[in-house]
Amino acid sequence: MSGKILIETENLTKIYNGRTAVDRLSFHLLEGEVFGFLGPNGAGKTTTLLMLLGLTEPTEGWVKVLGLDPSRNPIAVKSQIGHLQENMGFYGDLNAWQMLDFIAELNGIPDDSARERCEKALRAVGLLDEAEKSIRTFSRGMRQRLGIAELLIKECRIAFMDEPTLGLDPDATNRMMDLVEQLCQETNMTVLLSSHLLHLVQRICHRVGIMIRGKMVACGPVEQLAREKLGIDNDAYTLEQVYMKYFEEGRP
Amino acid sequence: MNGIRAIVRKELADHFSSYRFLILFALIAMVSLITVYMVGLNLKTELRGIAKPKFVFLLLFTSSGSLFSLVQFVAFFGPLLGLVLGFDAINRERSEGTLSKLLSQPIYRDVVINGKFLAGVITISVMMTAIVLVITGLGLKIVGVVPGVEELWRILIYLLISIVYISFWLGISLLFSILFRSIATSALAALAVWIFFSFFIPLGASVVANSQVSQTETSDVSALVQRARIVHTITLASPLELYTHAATIIDPTRKTTRSIVAMGPMERLSLSRFSGPLSLLQSLFIVIPYIVTLIAIAVICFGISYVVFMRQEIRSL
Ligand SMILES: Nc1ncnc2c1ncn2[C@@H]1O[C@H](COP(=O)(O)OP(=O)(O)OP(=O)(O)O)[C@@H](O)[C@H]1O
Ligand SMILES: [Mg+2]
Repeated sequence: MSGKILIETENLTKIYNGRTAVDRLSFHLLEGEVFGFLGPNGAGKTTTLLMLLGLTEPTEGWVKVLGLDPSRNPIAVKSQIGHLQENMGFYGDLNAWQMLDFIAELNGIPDDSARERCEKALRAVGLLDEAEKSIRTFSRGMRQRLGIAELLIKECRIAFMDEPTLGLDPDATNRMMDLVEQLCQETNMTVLLSSHLLHLVQRICHRVGIMIRGKMVACGPVEQLAREKLGIDNDAYTLEQVYMKYFEEGRP
Repeated sequence: MNGIRAIVRKELADHFSSYRFLILFALIAMVSLITVYMVGLNLKTELRGIAKPKFVFLLLFTSSGSLFSLVQFVAFFGPLLGLVLGFDAINRERSEGTLSKLLSQPIYRDVVINGKFLAGVITISVMMTAIVLVITGLGLKIVGVVPGVEELWRILIYLLISIVYISFWLGISLLFSILFRSIATSALAALAVWIFFSFFIPLGASVVANSQVSQTETSDVSALVQRARIVHTITLASPLELYTHAATIIDPTRKTTRSIVAMGPMERLSLSRFSGPLSLLQSLFIVIPYIVTLIAIAVICFGISYVVFMRQEIRSL
């Protein structure tokens, strides 16, 4: 981790028809870190990610990704960020190869290196043997892994993963998290990870942010939050305790 | 434009491998072939023993066999082709979650809609060109006349007009696929618009005309003319009518785009009718307002889709 700021927001606000989804959010993402983005359902995590990508206009405030405004320079920003969506969609008629080829073409990756990158990505997520099957026949976990492969062929600096373990079995969940950790170490990718699996987040994330009803109520390394909130100095805390404490306090 | 090639390529592959396209193509090809075959046979018997008039080749497109002429057929069913290609273009991507995936790739948002429209236009062009080519070949075989250069020009212009016309309908269905979340709703809305323009406008026009001009004095020429004028003005609101007018480019003997009188075979081939054909330029001059209007409404329709799509919230599912 170099400590360089890749993403920065200030007073970022999104109001959907009078309901505030994200409320004056200010935070930053450092190069090389895995940032855990936590919060109950409807807290505004996905909305925040979409604003960082420039897919949704903020109502107020600003975002800077690598020093750029995502709504002014959408291409430059989106070519640096890989996005694993919450409700991932695939073209069911294509097979894994074709899907990755299409993504590679959209990213302007030249044909000669695309094949190689696709193969590498498929191998990394363990889908190489099933790559000829149409995506319609894929199981939930296979789709999720294909989503990761799409992210890998972009060779991006930043990855947004919105609940990457949704619907995965315990073993696949663990392997998914290992994969994320490995990516981070090997390619120095910066990861913004939204998840509800607190023990895994605690294991792989350098810092966490807890969002409750649109507000970021806590942000920092888990041990720091534990010290501040629970008054525990040794290792006898879990992220779950910290999270629940904030959650209870944030209740209306 | 980044990525437009990728999207066009994928859309084309989707269109050409989809059953709905194949079925529609088979249907249109079959009907046109049968129509032209019958027209050709009729022409052949009518032409027996007399000198072949000029431009007889173009009659393949304009004269009706037992039911309708090819031009009428395209005017009526061409819209269906455009509608079928576009009614689920955007809302299917939305409901399957692939739209936000596309948009998280480094492409501009308008590339998605431009690519889809372009792929649709290419598909339409391929289909119409194929049909016109087959008809030309069939005509050569049955009637045994070789079309001249001017005739080929007229056919080419007619082909372009048809492509613009069907693309307009593609634009309509694309717009509905953006406006409506549900695929069934957008399909229904597109059908409703088609039925409205194809049936209700002509019907409404004659109702209005009848109410304006009393029907009792049918022998009164000025009343008849006035009635025809009212009907003509109202039906111009219909793209179908615009197309029918524009398509008269294919008939060099038409001095106006209006056809008030129906012709029998004797009149159709009578020498006087062929005595003063218009030059290509003159014909073009007559139909150009209609062509321009057709292009304009197609562009406006696509423009509205474009603006709506660019402003839409990605997440509003
Ligand atoms: N298109 C929309 N129109 C109106 N309100 C919306 C829209 N999209 C999201 N919201 C609201 O914004 C709030 C934040 O939603 P968001 O999806 O960001 O939550 P989340 O933190 O990702 O939740 P989860 O953990 O369930 O994925 C919710 O209250 C939701 O109802
Ligand atoms: Mg979410």
